[in-house]
Amino acid sequence: MIAVVLAILAVPLAAGLACLAVPGRAAAAVTVVSGTASFALVLALVPEAARGNLSYLSGYVTADAVSVVFLLATGFLYAAVAVYSAGYLRRHDARYARRFHAGFNAFAWAMLTAPLMGSLALLWIAVEVTTVISALLVAIEDTDGAAEAAWKYVLIASAGLGLALLATVFAYYAGAQVLGEHYSLAVQPLIQAGPRLPGTPVRLAFLLAVLGYGTKAGLFPVHTWLPDAHSEAPAPVSALLSGSLLAVSFYAILRFYQVAAASLGSGFPRDALLASGVASLLLASLCVFGQRDVKRLLAYSSIEHMGILAIGVSFGAPAALAGVLLHVMAHAAAKGSAFMGAGVFTVKYGTKRMAAVRGGLALLPWSGPLFLLAIFALSAVPPSGIFRSEFQIVSGGLRGGSYAAAAVLVVLVTLAFSGLAAPATGMLLTPPPGTGTAAARQQAPAGRAEAGSAAVAVRARARAHQPLARGEPSAWMVVPVLAGLAVLVLLGVHPPGELTDLITRGAAQLGAP
Amino acid sequence: MNTAPGVYEGAASVIAALMLLVEFGMLRQALVRDQVRLYAAQSALLSVLAVVIAAGRDLPGLYALAALSAALKVAAVPLVLRRLLGVPADRDAPGVAGSYTLSPASAVLAGIGLAAFGFFAFGAFHLSGPAAPALALAIAGAMVFVAFGLMIVRRDVASQAVGFFTLENAISLAALVVAAGLPLIFETAFLFDLLVAVVVFGMLIRAHHARAESLSTADLTRLRG
Repeated sequence: MIAVVLAILAVPLAAGLACLAVPGRAAAAVTVVSGTASFALVLALVPEAARGNLSYLSGYVTADAVSVVFLLATGFLYAAVAVYSAGYLRRHDARYARRFHAGFNAFAWAMLTAPLMGSLALLWIAVEVTTVISALLVAIEDTDGAAEAAWKYVLIASAGLGLALLATVFAYYAGAQVLGEHYSLAVQPLIQAGPRLPGTPVRLAFLLAVLGYGTKAGLFPVHTWLPDAHSEAPAPVSALLSGSLLAVSFYAILRFYQVAAASLGSGFPRDALLASGVASLLLASLCVFGQRDVKRLLAYSSIEHMGILAIGVSFGAPAALAGVLLHVMAHAAAKGSAFMGAGVFTVKYGTKRMAAVRGGLALLPWSGPLFLLAIFALSAVPPSGIFRSEFQIVSGGLRGGSYAAAAVLVVLVTLAFSGLAAPATGMLLTPPPGTGTAAARQQAPAGRAEAGSAAVAVRARARAHQPLARGEPSAWMVVPVLAGLAVLVLLGVHPPGELTDLITRGAAQLGAP
Repeated sequence: MNTAPGVYEGAASVIAALMLLVEFGMLRQALVRDQVRLYAAQSALLSVLAVVIAAGRDLPGLYALAALSAALKVAAVPLVLRRLLGVPADRDAPGVAGSYTLSPASAVLAGIGLAAFGFFAFGAFHLSGPAAPALALAIAGAMVFVAFGLMIVRRDVASQAVGFFTLENAISLAALVVAAGLPLIFETAFLFDLLVAVVVFGMLIRAHHARAESLSTADLTRLRG
């Protein structure tokens, strides 16, 4: 298995470097091959990780059930978005495409690397690398909005990661009291030494980790960069940011949670996550109302789902923890599909403003219905995997006696559903615009904010005087959304046996203390 | 009964206190050029402290860390920042003076408040390692809060970036106090990671400057809600 693990660490990085040297179309092909291969490699890890922990290179590289769940989410999204990008980037020049693909592969590499790091120090470094690469990807459109979003993102996320580094330092201090001065900050020894670790630095480390990594995970009150970055990044990047990056940051919180629960008992870390989760869910459920930008709407939905994850962990029951791990994968598929769908609308209409998007079902015969299904899936409508995961989380909460928190979760998720579904159905079910006179045409130049290049802006202005034709911008942009929804149905109706074993083992690891 | 600190503890605490004073200088400073110089000075003090701890506590790995830290933070990072900002050594970038959200005096007063909060909050944890006195950790706590203050009270991208780099210095100070034995490989990785972050910060600052013809963030108000 070490060959598989090393290949996961090497393939996306090699692809990123190769993309700097090859023409734009070849870079797209390299990215598709790398994404697909990486996902296949991650799938190959599932049976082994479901049976036991894998540890290589003196414990610096590890894969257990929890980390493989997060790898699956990233691996799937990497493959799907790689295919999507091949269609999305057809409107851009070769130089842009090369830069995009190089950054995209490097970003995926960092996100696949983080869960494989067996040491809290290496985990921090990997998460920091995701920040610097993704900040450049957010800024790649070279618009006013993208520049503003990228600056806010890199500053706020880096400051948050500064706190996460401080958390790592205190975790080291706690571990050094038991394991000696020269240990590698490996997670498993820290968990095993948990009962003997001093309480104050562990408590401090956990709170700083929730605040620090929570900044990148989009947890309240340090979520402020997220709606800006998600809305201004290119749609493929938004999909990875939301479906994968937030989850990777949450993964780091889970590792600190394991150490804190082993040391302090589960009460304190659960209470901290419950407070953070409820606040995030409340904020997101209210903020989805009144949004005008479809990607901003989806960004607030991401905050909602990170809140659900935090609440799920706070319940502590095995069913809830299994629901959390399932939710990580289901959210990656659903949010990736939704952002990719939103990207199709942006390309088609030349704007992200929902008020200017009309008649989606009529004009986009595939992407229209698929986007609507993705929104419903995100809102936990059965048979989506998100319905199953949220059901498990709530049932775990009720079994564990957290009645009030479970009730709050159900109410706020329902509230968020109405905030998401109403504007999405408006985009799709209202009649399509007339020939060149409707609001959509008047708004077309705003598409520059998304589309970026001058050539696209010119095309957007030209389209302002033409009726939109029925049809998809590219089949490459439809197939990955279809795949994402298929995965959601699979997760919701009948998850494969080995995946269920993996989740069960991961939940047991998280709930072990 | 309290005992007076020895020469080693006293020297370590004085260097940490000097780092905090330099940070106040950044809070007050109006020119990017001088902020970068103060950052280099603060980083140099950090390297000196690492050498003192290496000598006083027989931790030879810290000599290498001090040398690497000096090479990167005292030399490379300021150089990269200047290059990316396009600031010659004898000139300054426009648009930074007057970027205070508070008056300079009020900013310093706010900084004193933040420093006091950080000092007493971190001091209350009573954490100390074998390498440096607990007082240095309390000072690192004060530096963390002042660094956040610097990022908040200045409305220009250069000062905000320097605030972040200073935050990293504060965390390095805390790491010297409670995690001096952290394997050198990690410390090295952290430093190179910082260098990458500096390059990305610099590129975004440069892009912002080219677009806005200013380093001010006052106009970054397009994205709301």
